[in-house]
Amino acid sequence: MSNTQKFSLSMRLFHWAMAALIISMLAAGLLMVRSLEPWQLTILTVHKAFGVVAAVLVIARLVNRFFHQIPALPNDLSNLQKFVAQAAHWLLYLLLFAMPISGYLMQYFAARPADVFGWFRLPAALNVDIQTYALFRELHGWLALALVALVALHIAAALHHHFIRKDNVLKSML
Amino acid sequence: MKKRYLALLLTPIAGVAAQQLSEQAPKVTAQQFVNLQQGETAHPGFRRAHAKGICVTGEFRSNGKLVEYSEASLFETGAIPFTGRFSVAGNNPTAPDLKAPVRSFALSFATSSTEQWRIAMNTPPVMAVKDPHTFYQQIQAIQAGSEAIQAFFAEHPETSEFLNWKAQYQPSGSFAAEIYNSINAFYLVNSAGEKQAVRWAMQPSVAVSADNLEGVDALHEEITHRVAKENVVFDWVFTLANDEDDENNPTQAWPDSRKQIIAGQVVITAVTPQLEGECHGINYDPLVLPTGIEATRDPILRARSAAYAESYRRRAKEALMGELEEPGNE
Ligand code: HEM
Ligand code: HEM
Repeated sequence: MSNTQKFSLSMRLFHWAMAALIISMLAAGLLMVRSLEPWQLTILTVHKAFGVVAAVLVIARLVNRFFHQIPALPNDLSNLQKFVAQAAHWLLYLLLFAMPISGYLMQYFAARPADVFGWFRLPAALNVDIQTYALFRELHGWLALALVALVALHIAAALHHHFIRKDNVLKSML
Repeated sequence: MKKRYLALLLTPIAGVAAQQLSEQAPKVTAQQFVNLQQGETAHPGFRRAHAKGICVTGEFRSNGKLVEYSEASLFETGAIPFTGRFSVAGNNPTAPDLKAPVRSFALSFATSSTEQWRIAMNTPPVMAVKDPHTFYQQIQAIQAGSEAIQAFFAEHPETSEFLNWKAQYQPSGSFAAEIYNSINAFYLVNSAGEKQAVRWAMQPSVAVSADNLEGVDALHEEITHRVAKENVVFDWVFTLANDEDDENNPTQAWPDSRKQIIAGQVVITAVTPQLEGECHGINYDPLVLPTGIEATRDPILRARSAAYAESYRRRAKEALMGELEEPGNE
């Protein structure tokens, strides 16, 4: 039996707002590191600013989650399946943190202050540390690929629940 | 009737093909561009372009004349230190100095934790071409040899100003005696939000003949000896565009009659080999700008950030992995 509970409205809003944001961030990131077109600088600037928004949102989202009841997973899932589902969710949260943090630290050690919507600039080191930059630059790239894979898996699982298992999992987030 | 439909169907394809054949060079990515620059064998840990160079430090002594045009704190009266780099164009960190067609000067001002300005300048006052994709073809033609490059210039009339400069350019005997140009234009933005398109040049204060120079590292040795004896000074000269000038076209210089302002002097007081100095770790991406300076839409300028980042990523990773090898001079 699957239960009928839904995620709270605030949790659903956080979920879909961040889904749109993260997918746009991934697409923008992958495009801008390749492009030589005049819009590259614009996308790069926007990427950094919205990356800060993503960091704030993921913190707010976790705080909000703390105050809300989470719908239980369907009873017909095995313990292993439940464990994998939960592990995947915590891994998603971990990556949602690691992406903006590695992005920021890469800019910090390359001594590049990032402009956030013209409101303020994120501080950077005065002097470059090229090796530490390299570490966070490579991390940002690899974690991004891991996030793409995990998001794909997440979407596939949601569709599997909805169309194959025909349970309530996807609906609980709608 | 059938034929007409067929023709209609083919129109878009023909259109695309015609466009490809006429003006537009095929699009390349930052990775393709840097692959072309680095050549067959990369030199691990070194820049994929302007690989051979030397770190310099000193200060910019501002006279305050640009304060009304730009909010950048650098332009307030006073002195501010920089980490700079002289280099020669090319991907080889041991190339002979005197064979390089272009000499360069880069500057990094770390004004505060939120304000940085990176500048990378070359000896020509203009680019040969207007966009990165055509520039890619130009480099391919250079690599293919003199016939290919002649043909390239013949097909690209926008290269004429560059070629005129090249025909009269006499390389000097010192990094200290060259004129270095921003080539691309930028906007100065003042506290009222008013924008003024500018280009700038570093004007040398010495003239040095190239007659007695020799050796693979001639320019590097010369500048090291010179700075040990005396400071090297440049005037930082800004040229202000007016309405007739196109700030997005790097192939055309602005007329001599345009207003010029000397913002102060760039004074070099010390020289360090690049692998021992601070400059080696810096990405002199000209789109790292302080408040008060903004980028134009010049397609060459806008292409630089992604390409510099790709080169920087490669050499930074090599540095992290311990792959950087100090090349000996054979
Ligand atoms: C949710 C947050 C973020 C996501 C999903 C994300 C995603 C990405 C992706 C997919 C790339 C391309 C990586 C590659 O191809 O190697 C990228 C590049 C980049 N990201 Fe992020 N990013 C995020 C946050 C940030 C933040 C907060 C900053 C800085 C303040 C930042 C700065 C950068 C920079 C500078 C690059 C380009 C690096 C280069 O050109 O070498 N990112 N990002
Ligand atoms: C589409 C056009 C251009 C591309 C793709 C390009 C590409 C590059 C690359 C990949 C580097 C190495 C960056 C690093 O690893 O730190 C570099 C360095 C440099 N470029 Fe360009 N460049 C372009 C146009 C220009 C122009 C117009 C100028 C001069 C006004 C210029 C001046 C320099 C200088 C001086 C350096 C060396 C900076 C240093 O000492 O580190 N480049 N360029």
